Amino acid sequence: MEFFDRFAIPHPSPLIYASMVAIGLTVIAIIAGLTYFKKWGYLWREWLTTVDHKRIGIMYLLSALLMLFRGGADAIMMRAQLSVPENTLLDAQHYNEIFTTHGVVMIIFMAMPFIMALMNFVVPLQIGARDVAFPRLNALSFWLFFMGAMLFNISFVIGGSPDAGWTSYFPLAGNELSTSVGTNYYMIAIQIAGLGTLMTGINFIVTIFKMRAPGMTLMKMPMFTWSALITNIIIVFAFPVLTVALAMGTMDRLFGTHFFATTNGGMDMLWANLFWVWGHPEVYILILPAFGIYSEVISAFARRNLYGYKSMVGSMVIISLLSFFVWVHHFFTMGQGALTNSIFSITTMAIAVPTGIKIFNWLFTLWKGKIEVTVPMLYSLGFIPIFTIGGVTGVMLGMSAADYQYHNTMFLVAHFHLVIIPGVVFAMIAGLTYWWPKMFGFMLNERIGKWTFWFIAIGTCVAFFPMFISGLDGQARRMYTYSESTGFGIWNMLSFFGAILLAIGFALIVYNIYYSIRYASRDIGDDPWNARSLEWATHNPVPDYNFAITPEVSSSEGLWDAKKRGHTLFKGPYKEIHMPSNSGVPFIMSAIFFVFGFAMIFSMWIVAIISAIGIFACMAHRSFEQDHGYHISVDEIKQTEAKFGGAKE
Amino acid sequence: MKELFPFKQVMGFVFSLVLTVVAVSVYFFDLSFALGMTILLVTAFIQAALQLVVFMHAGETEDKGAIYANLYYGIIIALVTVFGTLLAMIWGYM
Repeated sequence: MEFFDRFAIPHPSPLIYASMVAIGLTVIAIIAGLTYFKKWGYLWREWLTTVDHKRIGIMYLLSALLMLFRGGADAIMMRAQLSVPENTLLDAQHYNEIFTTHGVVMIIFMAMPFIMALMNFVVPLQIGARDVAFPRLNALSFWLFFMGAMLFNISFVIGGSPDAGWTSYFPLAGNELSTSVGTNYYMIAIQIAGLGTLMTGINFIVTIFKMRAPGMTLMKMPMFTWSALITNIIIVFAFPVLTVALAMGTMDRLFGTHFFATTNGGMDMLWANLFWVWGHPEVYILILPAFGIYSEVISAFARRNLYGYKSMVGSMVIISLLSFFVWVHHFFTMGQGALTNSIFSITTMAIAVPTGIKIFNWLFTLWKGKIEVTVPMLYSLGFIPIFTIGGVTGVMLGMSAADYQYHNTMFLVAHFHLVIIPGVVFAMIAGLTYWWPKMFGFMLNERIGKWTFWFIAIGTCVAFFPMFISGLDGQARRMYTYSESTGFGIWNMLSFFGAILLAIGFALIVYNIYYSIRYASRDIGDDPWNARSLEWATHNPVPDYNFAITPEVSSSEGLWDAKKRGHTLFKGPYKEIHMPSNSGVPFIMSAIFFVFGFAMIFSMWIVAIISAIGIFACMAHRSFEQDHGYHISVDEIKQTEAKFGGAKE
Repeated sequence: MKELFPFKQVMGFVFSLVLTVVAVSVYFFDLSFALGMTILLVTAFIQAALQLVVFMHAGETEDKGAIYANLYYGIIIALVTVFGTLLAMIWGYM
């Protein structure tokens, strides 16, 4: 193959050429806009170099929303292709690429940054800290994730997208069967983003263990912070497995090793094994923060303390451990005998117990509560029944003998979407709406928000319930078409209709943001929801230093008890505040990582070596750099606090 | 003088050298694969524990509890992953 041939799309179509033009025009428009409005300096000083956990959180949020629409467009195309039998909208190759990128984008580049966004923004505020433990590492985490995501997203216009499924099983993902550079993109872009995630994991564990406000013992932490702690512990133990598996896969594809080959002592199913050793805990990395959000929202709007705080914490700890014990249930049909399957069946069913405990705790929190049905609460209430249906079908899939019937059918697709959408997507929208006033200083419109909820909730049910039926009738997943005589047509048409409802729902979220920016009141106070935890005790929007005086708490409902029982949160006079200074190194280093990744994907060794040296140079620079941060004087704090309408002393 | 002399560290250093010598000796003696691997694994794990406790001060701060809890958690997950993989990849077919 000629050198430049690899950059061409192996399987072009007018749609892809149109996207190329659209991407080109967007980049030109952004550059021109920034230059015309003279915003380059602002962008660099305030965003690209920031180490502030709040701004990093907002950047994660924007990336996640962007990727939600990228992944959503993939989903609509897939549903449109399958809506009628023998459709020719997409051909097999395009369909393969689209379901692969849909999976990767939605899990790794949408759901992960969404939870990172909320964790980044909320956790330091909830524990009364000034920032995370390692602010600059946090910036590096974000930029590595961002560059990984961008690298993955250019695949469909340069060199071709990965097409071996989001699980990328070998030998299909090997060089013999996946000849384009697509799977190289998969291996390397996810590797770069995964490094960022691992760093976030370590960063947040240290933050939560070491930086809690005085008086906040572990068992007095808000439930979202608890869920963030457990999530990050799972990240630290699960992501190294992905790192190693991706490194081995990269070596197989680029350097001719035989880890996952079927020859020379390689073992192709070892990839599936390692992938799911990471992949199953990953599911809980996504769902636990969501559980944390629901706990916050339900207790705030039922106006009651969370029922069974200790059992909530206990069940999360058990889930975190059990999540590492079940991965084989993703490939029950591989052929390992009945004993192995039975062991993993039992561990799988066991995990339903702590999850059930949590569901009952939420129900008991609602019991006799003074329920106020706001938008975040609506999502939490919608989550419980839909998620339970998704979860129960999961137990069905977890029975290994029965799984031979369900494996790789649309039944499975229905199951995991009905878990992930109410579990993760509902939670993210609920969390977004709930913490939006803290992030931006105004509230999202409630009426549009409720319309959005109904579109999304009904859309989810209409899109995915029919798949249970067509799946049991034998429709396999990842098939790009089917014949009319199968009778799947009606169910898939129904699914397509549901997908359109979902698309309308997501468009309404954007409209709601636009509408609220224009019309929402800015005069909402610091605590518009009458909530319970510390993030609502500081101003709206939050000043750089978070809290002028470090709060002292004496109960698990810090702010609520301050409001109702007269606990004093802020004691003592202002003191000088020590803050971390901004740095461009994380951004530059991640940009070099992008070049390094691109060079590796296309086997351009000279560029790869030079950029690798650049990465190490950035690390060396950091090692020898003298940076003591800066101080905010008492006078400055007083001025800032006065601007917010009176200091709390 | 006694409190100035880092007795624990020196003994730890000597012991870690001994462990290294034992591990290296596997190469020079004509041992069976099983015996050689056993010696290597045992010395490797003792060596790792020694480094963590003596030279990386695992138990010397107020974070002792968190550090050991993390270690044990990690060990459990590593063992489950290794033996679960063996079960799914090799033993499950016998």
